[in-house]
Amino acid sequence: MTVTSVPSGAPIPGTAGQGQRLQLLRVLGPGHVWALGVGIVLVGEYMGWNFSVGKGGMIAGLVACWLAGLLYTCVAMIDSEVTSTVAAAGGQYAQAKHIVGPLMAFNVGLFLVMAYTMLEAANAITIGFLLDTVAGLQGHEGLNQQPFIILTVMFLAWLNYRGVLATLTFNLVITAIAFLAIIILFVAVQLGASAVPLEFSAVTTDPLPYGWLGIIAALHFGLWYYLGIEGTCQAAEEVRSPARSLPYGTMAGIMTLLIAATLTWYVCSGLIPWEYLGQAGTPLFDAARVTGSTPLMVLLFVGTIFSTLASANGCINDASRAWFSMGRDRYLPIWFGAVHPKYRTPYRSIVFLVPIALIFALGAPLDQVVTFSILSGLLGYTFMTFNMVMFRRKWPLGTIKRGYVHPFHPLPAILLLAICSATYFAVLLGYGSQLISMMCFYILASLWFHFWRYRFVRRGDQFTMPWPRPIGY
Amino acid sequence: MDFWNYLEYAAWVLIVLFGGHMLIDLARVDSTYDNDLLTSSREGEIERTQELHKL
Repeated sequence: MTVTSVPSGAPIPGTAGQGQRLQLLRVLGPGHVWALGVGIVLVGEYMGWNFSVGKGGMIAGLVACWLAGLLYTCVAMIDSEVTSTVAAAGGQYAQAKHIVGPLMAFNVGLFLVMAYTMLEAANAITIGFLLDTVAGLQGHEGLNQQPFIILTVMFLAWLNYRGVLATLTFNLVITAIAFLAIIILFVAVQLGASAVPLEFSAVTTDPLPYGWLGIIAALHFGLWYYLGIEGTCQAAEEVRSPARSLPYGTMAGIMTLLIAATLTWYVCSGLIPWEYLGQAGTPLFDAARVTGSTPLMVLLFVGTIFSTLASANGCINDASRAWFSMGRDRYLPIWFGAVHPKYRTPYRSIVFLVPIALIFALGAPLDQVVTFSILSGLLGYTFMTFNMVMFRRKWPLGTIKRGYVHPFHPLPAILLLAICSATYFAVLLGYGSQLISMMCFYILASLWFHFWRYRFVRRGDQFTMPWPRPIGY
Repeated sequence: MDFWNYLEYAAWVLIVLFGGHMLIDLARVDSTYDNDLLTSSREGEIERTQELHKL
């Protein structure tokens, strides 16, 4: 039987017996990849990163910003090389499956789904909080946040359900506006639009209020500037040219974030005293308020809302692709591996993850949700280090077609592992019990997969790529 | 009742509309199409036709 991929467009009235096959739609370009990666992350510039300043002062905040930037540059380079080769939905899950093995793949898939679903829940909570703040400013006390939290998740899930092109075009527009808002704030402050001048005297008078340990403690929150850029990999099966679009979109994304992070630290640290900045809920919006300029306040409020929406939107996209891929390989029930015949989206996975996100958004405290997301992401980064080394050993340069080859191997992998280790220590200082309980969760899930679920996996079916045999096999 | 109260009600209505649309469409698709077709997606299809790993 000849198996053909069904072209995009109208619904398919046929059945599998006619040899047709439903695939995700390949419609995305590098701009969409950029929007997916930066869209998930940019909310970290609008809130969260500033706790690093609270942990260690202004200098510690800047060191955390650049150290985390180094970590994520390694992540972006490594991901670009591997994903441009393993161009499959599921991103790092598919990489782990091909390069390491099934148990690692199952765990990486779980890391991805948990990290993105928790982040989506945190974003929805934030939207509710922001609207409550605005309602309070207008004299309406005690806004019921629940309908707005649920609506955020439901609307974005609906958008994802209807098609990836509209979803990521929407992300492209709102992410670009949120990024431009940061640039405009920086330029406006430089041109003297602020009622309060930039003030950096604390850099010299109180450089490290908590000593060098403050820098280590700040590292945990420094991740916020870039957390999620690796999400670009999830679009691998929906971009028109994976070998070109994925490295291009990912590297452009990390460059955008390095610029945005540095500008954010500079403007906020210059306008807001570090003792206050370290506790602020919405630092960029607060910086705009300090300038006394109403247009800047409106712009940065819109930027805050848009960045939060873009992040939740990208998270739904990525979590559903990872869940879908695991279902398709029968690591989870095959039911989740379905593609919508008209919209060409993993529609069952999208719908299934809605109540999961809502349970966390409505029933768990924000800091716990965020910590769980960060820790899951960190485990994923740790996996990338030895995944990269194994990839180069099994398929050395010249044996397989790569869309991008990252320089200085294995230095980025070693650097990534070193910074991950320092961050684990930082997390242990502040959230040790969460780290241990999360490890227990993944160990239990691994036992379930190893002793029960793996019997349902069709072992030959999960490796469908026409790759050459790895070295040593 | 002020603007924000109306906004809350509007949010509930939209939740029902978006959620209802997804659930109804999911049920319609699942009952219309063969499950083997819906789950027929395979990893790496594009490589088979366009991007073979040959140097």
